[in-house]
Amino acid sequence: MASTIRVRATSSGDTTEVQALIQHPMDSGFVKNAAGALIPPHFIQQVTFEHGGKPVFVADWGPAVSKDPYVKFSFKGGKKGDELKISWVDNKGVSDSSTAKIQ
Amino acid sequence: MTYSIPGSVDETRRLILKGAAVVALAGLGGIRFGLAPALAAANDKYPEAAFKVKGTDDAIKALYGKTAEKSDKVKMDAPEIAENGAVVPIAVTTTLADVTSISILVAENPNALAASYTIPAGTMPSVANRLKMAKTSNVIAIVEAGGKLYSASKEVKVTVGGCGG
Repeated sequence: MASTIRVRATSSGDTTEVQALIQHPMDSGFVKNAAGALIPPHFIQQVTFEHGGKPVFVADWGPAVSKDPYVKFSFKGGKKGDELKISWVDNKGVSDSSTAKIQ
Repeated sequence: MTYSIPGSVDETRRLILKGAAVVALAGLGGIRFGLAPALAAANDKYPEAAFKVKGTDDAIKALYGKTAEKSDKVKMDAPEIAENGAVVPIAVTTTLADVTSISILVAENPNALAASYTIPAGTMPSVANRLKMAKTSNVIAIVEAGGKLYSASKEVKVTVGGCGG
């Protein structure tokens, strides 16, 4: 299975900018399907970005985050070639993780 | 889910992560075996209750246990009019020092709290994401800096709601 996580991490000397796109339905639990039944909530709750074994960014998400969520942040201390670990877990306990090299 | 692991948590976690990376590289199916609890152990617990509160004030209290004061040092970049409420790009940045977290709330959504980000030392106090909005509403950005809360808000008009119906 292909990874659900797409990450681009670019270093500009001092800081590293990270952009992540995750494939996930992010169902809020308020939307009805064609038959009129509520689609149960299914959304990512926590995304963790780690560099050098330490978290550099933690996202706690509710169902109001858009489908196929996107997030951007930057941190200090990353170098080109370093690995960035990204992992997420949703409200059903499903999870995925991936690593990206800082460019 | 368990959030505690006996023994040397760090070691265990590193090993699990290493294993996970190898599996992912080898392309052997999804990783769905207990990785999440191991990871969560290293971080703050997911603030489940705060995401289920209705109004903004109550959500801020549930999340931080205090109230926020308005600050012009909190800058929010959000559209005046969002054509599609399902995808509203919102960015928050601040010039405040010692920022530990940034949260974004949508007042008129069924549950106000949309996203909350932990900013460890060394990470820039700036975040961009995309949120769903049920209808035209105030969007509130909360920045926690030096143990205090600062906020900024902006009304975003929504022409097509993003929460179905």
